[in-house]
Amino acid sequence: MRDRNDQNRSGPGFNRRDFLKGSAAAATATAMATQGSEEAAAANLKTNVFAAAAQNVTLNVNGKDHTVKVEPRVTLLHVLRNNLNLTGCKEVDERSADGADTVMIDGKTVLAGSRLAIECEGKKIRTVESLRRGEKVDEVVAGFVKHDAMQCGFCTPGFVVATRAFLDKNPKASLADIQKGLGGNICRCGTYQGITACALEISKGGK
Amino acid sequence: MAERKVAWKKRKDNTLIGGDHTRIDGVEKASGHAKYAADINTAGTLFARLLTFKGGAAVVKSIDTADAEKTPGVRAVHVFNGAGKELRWDGTIVAAVAADTPEQAEDGVRAIKVAYEAKPHWVDEEDLPGATAGKRTKPLGDNKKGDVAAALKAAKHVHKGYYGIATISHMCLETHGSHCEWDGEDKLNVHLSTQNVSGTGGQFAGPLGIDASNVSITCNYIGGGFGSKFAADEWGVACAQLAKKAGKPVRLMLDRATELKIGGTRPSGFAEVTIAADAEGNITVWDSHHWGTSGIAGSTISLGQLPYCFDGIPNRNRKATGISTNTGPNRAWRAPPHPQLCAVTDTVIDDLAAKMGANSYDIFMKNLDKTPKPDVYAEEMKIGAKLIDWKAKWHAHGKGGGKSVKRGLGMALHRWGGRAGATTCTVKVHPDGAVETFLGSQDLGTGTRTVIAITLAETFGLGINDVKVNLGNNSYPKANPSGGSITVGGVSGPHRRAGLEALWKIYDLVAAKYKVEADSLSAKGGKILSAGKSVCTWKQACGLLGPMPLEVQGQGPKNDGLTSQGVAGIQMADVSVDIETGIVRINELVAVQDCGLIIDELTARSQVYGGLIMGIAYALSEERVMDNRTGRFINADLENYKLPRIGDIGKLKVHMYQPDSEYERGVVGLGEPPVISTGAAISNAVANATGVRVPVQPLTPQRVLEALKGGQA
Repeated sequence: MRDRNDQNRSGPGFNRRDFLKGSAAAATATAMATQGSEEAAAANLKTNVFAAAAQNVTLNVNGKDHTVKVEPRVTLLHVLRNNLNLTGCKEVDERSADGADTVMIDGKTVLAGSRLAIECEGKKIRTVESLRRGEKVDEVVAGFVKHDAMQCGFCTPGFVVATRAFLDKNPKASLADIQKGLGGNICRCGTYQGITACALEISKGGK
Repeated sequence: MAERKVAWKKRKDNTLIGGDHTRIDGVEKASGHAKYAADINTAGTLFARLLTFKGGAAVVKSIDTADAEKTPGVRAVHVFNGAGKELRWDGTIVAAVAADTPEQAEDGVRAIKVAYEAKPHWVDEEDLPGATAGKRTKPLGDNKKGDVAAALKAAKHVHKGYYGIATISHMCLETHGSHCEWDGEDKLNVHLSTQNVSGTGGQFAGPLGIDASNVSITCNYIGGGFGSKFAADEWGVACAQLAKKAGKPVRLMLDRATELKIGGTRPSGFAEVTIAADAEGNITVWDSHHWGTSGIAGSTISLGQLPYCFDGIPNRNRKATGISTNTGPNRAWRAPPHPQLCAVTDTVIDDLAAKMGANSYDIFMKNLDKTPKPDVYAEEMKIGAKLIDWKAKWHAHGKGGGKSVKRGLGMALHRWGGRAGATTCTVKVHPDGAVETFLGSQDLGTGTRTVIAITLAETFGLGINDVKVNLGNNSYPKANPSGGSITVGGVSGPHRRAGLEALWKIYDLVAAKYKVEADSLSAKGGKILSAGKSVCTWKQACGLLGPMPLEVQGQGPKNDGLTSQGVAGIQMADVSVDIETGIVRINELVAVQDCGLIIDELTARSQVYGGLIMGIAYALSEERVMDNRTGRFINADLENYKLPRIGDIGKLKVHMYQPDSEYERGVVGLGEPPVISTGAAISNAVANATGVRVPVQPLTPQRVLEALKGGQA
């Protein structure tokens, strides 16, 4: 169970999922209280809160429409990984502090774990898998391989997407730009040297 | 015919070995197509979530899972610790719920009613008097060499100080866990995130009451292990039990907080040390008492290896005390426990140099005669000094210039074993020339697959991509668990041996068919050559095998010179310290590392870069923070457990030390050594910049400021 849900922490950070859960809980609590027993409401709060029913959500991923039936509380990350089997984006930290769940939505980097799937209808979602078509790979994928910008590889796809989107926006990025622009992702094995070299090569050192 | 002898080629004859080669699985990984245990989604897979204990210690008074069982989507509930069970650290798993979706599993976890009776706890690992008063300590031995008292009297320079290094977690980005799927009543298929493909089947079979031969373990990719993923673990077995109960496959990965709390930690060490030297700076005395914790078992870093690397110091007292804490248990953390030993040795030597008013480099150099590899260290120090420009940049301790930002230099050194692990492989050469190999090893990210492909390709004169490497399954021949830097040596020796044996058989066939001397043959560029002239292609040669493939088993390690052990290594740091904010920035880190014969220099350098970056993490920011009042690990997430990001690493220079004398040693493991001395080198650079020792790593801004104020960090 994630710590975020605990009462004795300083409180969860604002997050859509918490907000939705919180509202549902508050509504149930009010209804119960008017029936006379606040204690009963509190006691049942934990067990009587259920999510809204699953509904059809159509997502455009890597140029293809997919319709999945999911509850409104389900994140884009879970739909991509668990329903569509696009497991390149990883679940590393429930708070998305690491960037391994980076995808592109309408060309912008987004942390798939902090977006609800229903929010993403009608948008163009791109995952790391789109950067390889058979033998043909995107220059960022090729650059990561060339500079050995990976070890265990678990953070790598998220870093690849972040790098692709960053370079699309900053084709002439300098070293300082790269260090700032790719600061949203974490690698544990220590592959930053190769990632920096890859990004610098593609941006031609900002010149 | 001349005697055929197993050996590596002469260095100059290699076409692949020693070069820079990209990984054969690089595109799979970078494009997100590589499948980890956390990615396995077979049809009907259920998702598990955990209910964990949050506190220092308690007894479970009651647990009621009835509502959880009734929660929509929930298919199975498993109780790890029921009524009456004692929970001894934060994060202990109480129960797990498997459901159709992760969200429904979370609903199920919330519906479990559990009551605890709190018990007293102790989580402070640094407070020795407090732990002693609370009866949480135990002596872990002491021993003496020479005559410390007499040597102290005779010494010219004496320094006494306090040092330490905090507990850290492994923080594997892919948390521990597995995907378990039953095939009938008693056959189990496990995708396990493991460093131990060949050794974990029985750990599932025993508790599940099935034959070990009925457990299939698969691990094609693993998202970090660092020494913490050798076991099936109770949650792995529970995953299989949930799958059995539900009649469906289950994926159970630890959540981030639980990963940090119970997935493995590196023990802490704190030490009071006295060191002394004669007028020339020769260290004559080491006297230390250290303590720390490994969790409830109450161990700390081992006594036998202090002072680290400088075992030749003639007069020595050492003593260790363990503290039992209500904290998640330790597991081997990359190079156990060398980073901690180094952190409480090389810092002390640096402070002695400061006290003498000497250049730290000179004092380390002078005392290399007390280390296992004085000549290698000396050469590596000279190279490192050039790379970082030590001579020009050096200033006396505390003379770091600047008003608020002070700059300084530091160095440290390390050692490691890296002997090849016991591995068997089966190499197949098909009649059409295709080459493949099978072994129950695993690629942690070190490049195991690539190293194997290079070894066979070099032997057969083929390209790296002409070799198919099959690893990551326990039905393949047994390979060592990957821990202790034993894998590259472990796999390269057997593949060279098997490759040569296969090649010699093929040579004999070619010799007979084409009427040439077998001794005159060599394999290069997809051809078999005789005295440099092409005889036939590799494919034609393999066609002589007849209809069946040639199959050869390779084993190791053997004492035939293909592999050996023992490395040195030095690191140097150039840092800037902001004395107003306490923030330490890395300007430059230099690593000079030997590791015998290098098969793939690109992935070898990556290991060293990775070591430096993990070193920056534990030197400056990462640590487990326990709350004394609640007994909880309060920063168990990626926001508050601080790891460096891409802009935090400064400039890194890696030099692979590889004169012919290293090549002749054969392959030696490399994974652990480069992470060992980074912390001490950085700490020494901070001390050189500010003139003040920040005693405990990581050197967080708070510890730096407290040290500058003269308080205890």
